Parts: sequence; structure tokens; C-alpha cells
Amino acid sequence: MIDVRQVTRFYGRVMAVDNISFQVDKGEILGFLGPNAAGKTTTMRILTTYMPATSGTVKVAGYDVQDQSMQVRKRIGYLPENPPLYMEMRVADYLDFVAKIKGVDPRDRKKAVAEVMDKVGIQTVSGRVIKTLSKGYKQRVGLAQALVHNPDVLILDEPTIGLDPKQIIEVRQLIKSLAGTHTIILSTHILPEVSMTCERVVIINKGRVVAEDTPDNLTRKLAGNQRLYLEVGGPVEDVRRALAQLPGVVKTTVLTNDKTAGFQVESQSDSEIRPLLAKTVIDRGWQLFEMKPEGMSLEDVFLQLTTKEEVGNS
Amino acid sequence: MRNYLAVLNRELKSYFSSPIAYVVIAMFLIIAGIFYYLIVTNFVQYCMQADMQAQYYRMAPRNMNVNMMAIRPILHNLSLFYIFFLPLITMRLFAEEKKSGTIELLLTSPITNSQTILGKFSAAALLSLIMLLFTALNVLLLFFYGKPEIGPILTGYLGLFLLGLSYIAFGVFFSTITDNQIIAAAITYMFILFFWAIGWISGAVNPAVGKVLANFSLIEHFDDFAKGVLDTKHVVFYLSFITAGLFLSYVSIESAKWRGR
Ligand SMILES: Nc1ncnc2c1ncn2[C@@H]1O[C@H](COP(=O)(O)OP(=O)(O)OP(=O)(O)O)[C@@H](O)[C@H]1O
Ligand SMILES: [Mg+2]
Repeated sequence: MIDVRQVTRFYGRVMAVDNISFQVDKGEILGFLGPNAAGKTTTMRILTTYMPATSGTVKVAGYDVQDQSMQVRKRIGYLPENPPLYMEMRVADYLDFVAKIKGVDPRDRKKAVAEVMDKVGIQTVSGRVIKTLSKGYKQRVGLAQALVHNPDVLILDEPTIGLDPKQIIEVRQLIKSLAGTHTIILSTHILPEVSMTCERVVIINKGRVVAEDTPDNLTRKLAGNQRLYLEVGGPVEDVRRALAQLPGVVKTTVLTNDKTAGFQVESQSDSEIRPLLAKTVIDRGWQLFEMKPEGMSLEDVFLQLTTKEEVGNS
Repeated sequence: MRNYLAVLNRELKSYFSSPIAYVVIAMFLIIAGIFYYLIVTNFVQYCMQADMQAQYYRMAPRNMNVNMMAIRPILHNLSLFYIFFLPLITMRLFAEEKKSGTIELLLTSPITNSQTILGKFSAAALLSLIMLLFTALNVLLLFFYGKPEIGPILTGYLGLFLLGLSYIAFGVFFSTITDNQIIAAAITYMFILFFWAIGWISGAVNPAVGKVLANFSLIEHFDDFAKGVLDTKHVVFYLSFITAGLFLSYVSIESAKWRGR
């Protein structure tokens, strides 16, 4: 449904997007993850025909964003980083205007506006002037604007920004419920958002794709190391040294400094070191209170991927 | 067409849902009213003097020409300060959308840039027409007291409208090049002053150059309209000016996307 090939974009001499390629299938939700200034917004603006790529091709629903931009525009709903709201208009009037310029059939327009207000939960404020709404409600009106013409493709730039936790959950549920009938790309730097809503993640950093997979696979495959949590009774420094010396252990971190200390042990994922760890502790006469595996979170993977780059460059 | 009307309609509503339209119309009408009053009282005094003279010399009273002596000065007066209200109505057209980000909605919707530009231009044009029509009420009042010719009034107002449209078209253009309304208005004012200055300079320099310059003075082209002469030469001049402004707006919006807007 969306096909991005070798897209590069310069702003003057600054390269914002560097040879990005990825595909999104029909009905899929793709998470677009990256730190600030990674190039997420720039990529989305290219996808939505707002601005052209310096080089490369983008096809949305089979149409080229450059040569057939009107065809693309009919089929996409776009929520920019700042919701594009006319502050002095009333919510229902605004959505009616959007429906008009999105080409909704005049006979269906009223219904379309009513339905979308129902969908994002803004019927109660339909007569309010947008300026007077809270930030969360403005964000919802922005979402309604992207949905009013029931587009095949939805492009959402940080859709949950500025919402309270309850609304975040609601919006995520809404987005999930749209999967299947709509193809969705959403950008974010909130990691749980990706693992909760997206089937696939593209991580970009400094304009380049650094990883692409399902959230689960990413955490599993890219983690590289496995992590264990131990609680041991014994002299903290001795225990730490003993654990660190074991073959396969990459890193040991002391987490608490009480009598029973917590240790985080990272080891290479191919070696099973749990029996060895247990034996070492017991042999030395210390007590082993607890030992449990700790998954590397997506957060860790993300940090690893986006900071590794930094080291490599300098 | 539907898109054009949608934009036009939204812009018009937006003018009247903020104070800007009311303030501009009110200020314009106050100033227009003051000048109207001065010119008409002046004319009436002159007529009374002429009447008294006629009685004194026992002659038939002279027939005063309302068109020449009241309406033409009124039109000339209008043509001078009317255009200074126009930057106030064009400055927001694109600058505001760029600042608030709504331009992203327009430029990712199935609506062409021409439809957007023409819609906005027409909204400002309609507002300027409303301003002019209010002053026309004043002029029509003269029909109760004299017998002015309707022809020069109509051509005069047509000329005023075309003159206004020329500046509106360029006001739209200057609004596309910045996201700051004040800057958009300031540049438009400088543009107006520049074309005003051309009119003065043309009188001062040697006649050959002056003639060429005068050709570019927008006010100069208005003279014939005020006299009641409808010359296609002038109409074509204004229409080309309007087209140029709108075309530049189009180019400006199209080229901005390469710079990153
Ligand atoms: N209009 C512009 N002109 C010049 N440079 C720009 C422009 N927009 C973005 N950039 C630059 O391009 C790079 C990528 O920016 P972009 O907005 O795409 O990042 P992002 O991933 O959306 O970041 P964020 O998470 O902060 O929204 C940045 O270095 C930014 O400074
Ligand atoms: Mg961004």
C-alpha cells in the first residue's frame, strides 16, 4: 500500500532523510520510531505530498506522490505534528469544511461529520469554537480531520502527544480498531506506544533506517545479551567481583546496597550461565534468594541502536 | 469549483468571525465620511456663493456640475486612502495558515493551489467590494439634491474596484512569502508607496521617461475612470497587474516546498 524507495531529502545543505526504504502492507499498522530530529516528520511530509523528496520514489495506493499527487491526496488522512485547526471555527463547521475539500460527496457530508465526531468522542463539543477546547480535545479534532473522508491510508505524526493517560489509551484503542480497514503509519518516540499498537516497527536515526521488524523480534534478536536479576546475601563487593569473573558475563550492576543485594548480570545470549551463577554463590557460602531473567526492553534496544550510531560516527 | 467556493466561504466567515473585518470597514467608513462631508459642504458653500452672485448681478443662476465638482473629488480621495486598508485584509490570507500549520491541511488535500489562491483572493475582493458599496451610499445621497450623471459614478467605482484588486493580488503574494502577518502587511505598504512614488516622479523627470513611468503608476490609470471614460487600455492594465500578482503567489507556493516551507 505504501512503498518508499531510496528516499533522500535535503533542506538546503542539511540532509534530513538519507536513503530510506520501507514498505507497508494493506491493513497494517507501522510504527515509525526515532529520537528527535531523526527525520520522522520529514518522511511523513513526503508521503503526504506536502513536500517532494530530493530523490527517490514514493508510491501510496499505487500512485506516485509526485506525479499523481491528487490521487494520493484523495486516499490519505494526515494528522501533522501540530493539528491543522482553524482556531476561530466551530468544531462541526471545521470538519464540514475539511470534508468539502477532501471531496466527500455533498449528500454524505453531514453523515460523515457526525460519524467521525462520534468515533473520536467529540460530539459534546461539536458547537464549540476550537480555540476554546483543551489540548486533548484539539488533538481529537485533529484526528477527526484525518478520518472524516474515511481514507485508505492514515498518516499520524505523534498522535497521542498532549493527551492525558486515559485519553492516550482511548486513542490507541481507536487506532488499533482502524487497522485492517486502514493502512496506518504512526510516528512516536514513546516506546510502549509502539509495542502496544504496532505490528511492525521501523526505527530511524539521523535520517537512516537502523532496524525494521516486529516489536517482539526486535527486542529478542537485537538484544544480543540476556539479562538476569539476582538477589544474593553476602558481602556486596565480593559477590560482584565473583560474578563478573565468570565466563560469558558481560556486565554486572549492583542495584541495592542492603544486606541482601540485587545484582543485574548481563551475559551473551548463547551461553546459559544460570547453573554456574547458582553454583558460584552457593560454593562461596552466600545465600541465593532470587534469580530471574529480565527481558531487555524495547527501550534498551532503541537506546542501543540510536546511541551506537553516535559512537560509530565520532 | 466546489473547492474554490469552500475556500472562499471559509475565508469570508473567518473575516467576520474576528474583529478585523468590522474594524477595517468602520475605520474606512469614518475616514470616507469625513472626506465626503468636507467635499460636499465645500461644494454647497461654493454653490450658495454662486447663487448669491447671480442674484446680485440679476443673472440666471449658473448650473453647477455635481459630477465635476463633488463626485470626482470624492472618487479621487477614495482612490488615495482606500488602498491603504487593503494590506490589512490580505496580510493574514497565507501568513496565518503558515504560522498555525493549517497550510499542511490545504496542501495535502485534493485541492489545487490555484483553487486555494483564487478562493482567498475572491474573499478579500468581496470584502473590499463591501467597503466600496458602503461609500457608494454616500454618493447616491447626492441624487436627492442634484442631478449627477450616473455614468461617471459607475466607471469611477469600477476603476476603484480594479485598482483595489491589483493591490489585493499583490497583497496575497506578499502573504505567501512569510509566516508573519505584520511583515506581509509592511511589504505590501512599501509596494503601495513605491507605485505611488512612481506617479510623483513621473511628473518631475524629463517627459519621455515620465511618460513610461506614468504608465506603471496605478493611480494614473484611474484618472480616466473618474472622468467617466471607460477605456479598455486601463482595464487591461489592471487585469494584467492582477494576473501578475496571482501568478507570483502560485509560483511562491509551488517553490516553497523545495525550500521546506
Ligand atoms: N523546514 C525545515 N528547514 C530546515 N531544516 C529542517 C526543516 N524541517 C526539519 N528540518 C531538519 O531536518 C531534520 C529532521 O527533522 P524532522 O522534523 O523530520 O525530525 P523528527 O524525527 O520529526 O523529530 P521530532 O521527534 O522532534 O519531531 C532535523 O535536523 C531538522 O532540523
Ligand atoms: Mg517530528
